[in-house]
Amino acid sequence: MLATTIQNIINALQWGSFYALIALGYTMVYGVLTLINFAHGDIFMVGAYIAFFVATFILSMLGLPGWIALALTIPLTMILTSAVGVSLERVAYRPLRRKGAHRLYVVITALMCGLILEHANLALLGASRKAFPALITEHVYTIGGVTFTNLKVAVIFTAILSFVILHWIVTKTKVGMAMRAISYDKFAVPLMGIPIDSIIVITFALGSGFAGLAGILFAMSYPVLEPYMGALIGWKAFIAAVVGGIGDIRGAFLGGFLLGAVEIMVVAFFPSTYRDLIAFTVLLVILSLKPTGLFGIAKTTKI
Amino acid sequence: MTLLAVENLVVKYGNIQALHGINFHVNPGEIVTLIGANGAGKTTSLYAITRLPPPEAPRVVSGDILFEGNSILKTPPSTVVKDLKLALVPEGRHIFGNLTVMENLVLATYARDQKIDFSKEYQRIFDLFPRLAERKDQRSESLSGGEQQMLAVGRALMTGCTFLLLDEPSMGLAPVLKYDLFRTLKRLNEEGMTILLIEQNANLALHLAHRGYVLDTGEIVAEGTAEKLLGNPEVKKAYLGG
Repeated sequence: MLATTIQNIINALQWGSFYALIALGYTMVYGVLTLINFAHGDIFMVGAYIAFFVATFILSMLGLPGWIALALTIPLTMILTSAVGVSLERVAYRPLRRKGAHRLYVVITALMCGLILEHANLALLGASRKAFPALITEHVYTIGGVTFTNLKVAVIFTAILSFVILHWIVTKTKVGMAMRAISYDKFAVPLMGIPIDSIIVITFALGSGFAGLAGILFAMSYPVLEPYMGALIGWKAFIAAVVGGIGDIRGAFLGGFLLGAVEIMVVAFFPSTYRDLIAFTVLLVILSLKPTGLFGIAKTTKI
Repeated sequence: MTLLAVENLVVKYGNIQALHGINFHVNPGEIVTLIGANGAGKTTSLYAITRLPPPEAPRVVSGDILFEGNSILKTPPSTVVKDLKLALVPEGRHIFGNLTVMENLVLATYARDQKIDFSKEYQRIFDLFPRLAERKDQRSESLSGGEQQMLAVGRALMTGCTFLLLDEPSMGLAPVLKYDLFRTLKRLNEEGMTILLIEQNANLALHLAHRGYVLDTGEIVAEGTAEKLLGNPEVKKAYLGG
């Protein structure tokens, strides 16, 4: 019984790690722009594909061993995925912002950007799935009936480390203060000599970079890539961010793990087809009790 | 040499003309005040000078704004603060309520040379406004209106400005706080700060300023030294309650 519980907790943490990493990007962009960047789930997908190409290139063309390939794939993928997120902001969202477009149009644009990313992938790479190369040898450990792999532990550890880094940036650095300041009063930010656009670019770069990191980890854990892999997980991460209190990175992190835990618990007690139904019902109940999310304090204090 | 010169400035919000070709200037080390009723175009003038981005920014149709002789109409707002060392204390304070008092001050140094040791400057702000020192680590939205105004001024000073623009700083302040604030402004000016002050409280403003301009529905209707304006019967009648 104890072993099963611990096993479920480990599974929940690993599964929640993906949601948490993706939810961080949703919540940061929302905090700064009050924009729900619906393309974010697809940026995660792009991240996984970038990781695929980078890793395959390093393994086959350069012939380097797997652990070096991984050490190179992580920063390269994060940088390249950041570039995709920043380009999206530059090409799609900024022109609308310049024209003072209503938020609704920007959200619709974000949805379209996500669909374009999916279908550009489909058109360019075809419908066949890609098998992600094994970068490290998975070791299975069994301690007292609890089974876990080195990869699972690495995923959980990486998610926690990412949160600590982002939390430090948001609370302790001047860039982070500027992000929080924008979320409170956009008007006064340029009066401090801060170019708003540069803060927005940094926000998109950070959010997309960590979606890229989630993409690598996901591809390593479930090594089959397809163009729509970001859609459902993106929606779920968005819901996790809302349940946690969108705009607050602690909320995104907690919401991600909460969703992971609920899903794993449902599967532990019910047929697995019930998973999403019950998981979303639980989240609906949480939201109806606390509509601003777990960390949301009305409208004033975001990020 | 003139520090700031506004020349024949015509400004529109959408189709509404807010300024009808106004002229005024500020010399280094001066306190100049723009007085006038609500809707006279005072805030519009300041927004045009600080180059705030849309939707707040009014559209300059014609005329020019010169800073040390150079047009700043194409200068982005953050550059106005960073390079021209011009800071605005906006109407309604606009402090960052979700940040602490100290974080508000720290954030104001964002665009400055980070090698500078700012601790002396923070200390100076706390000397000017001792209340802020007491509340350093509080979320700034928990401050009273007067304290928020002090923070807004302190924050503007931390940008390293040499030219301070204030939009209705006395609004909503208790009389004691008003006089305190104006004494502080006088002290800053004596230490070399150039000030452009916008006020509805014309009496208070003219007793602080060296020179003033009276703005009425987008036009300058009177100008001169503060004493001259205080003695002007029309100004007295319309703006000084007598």
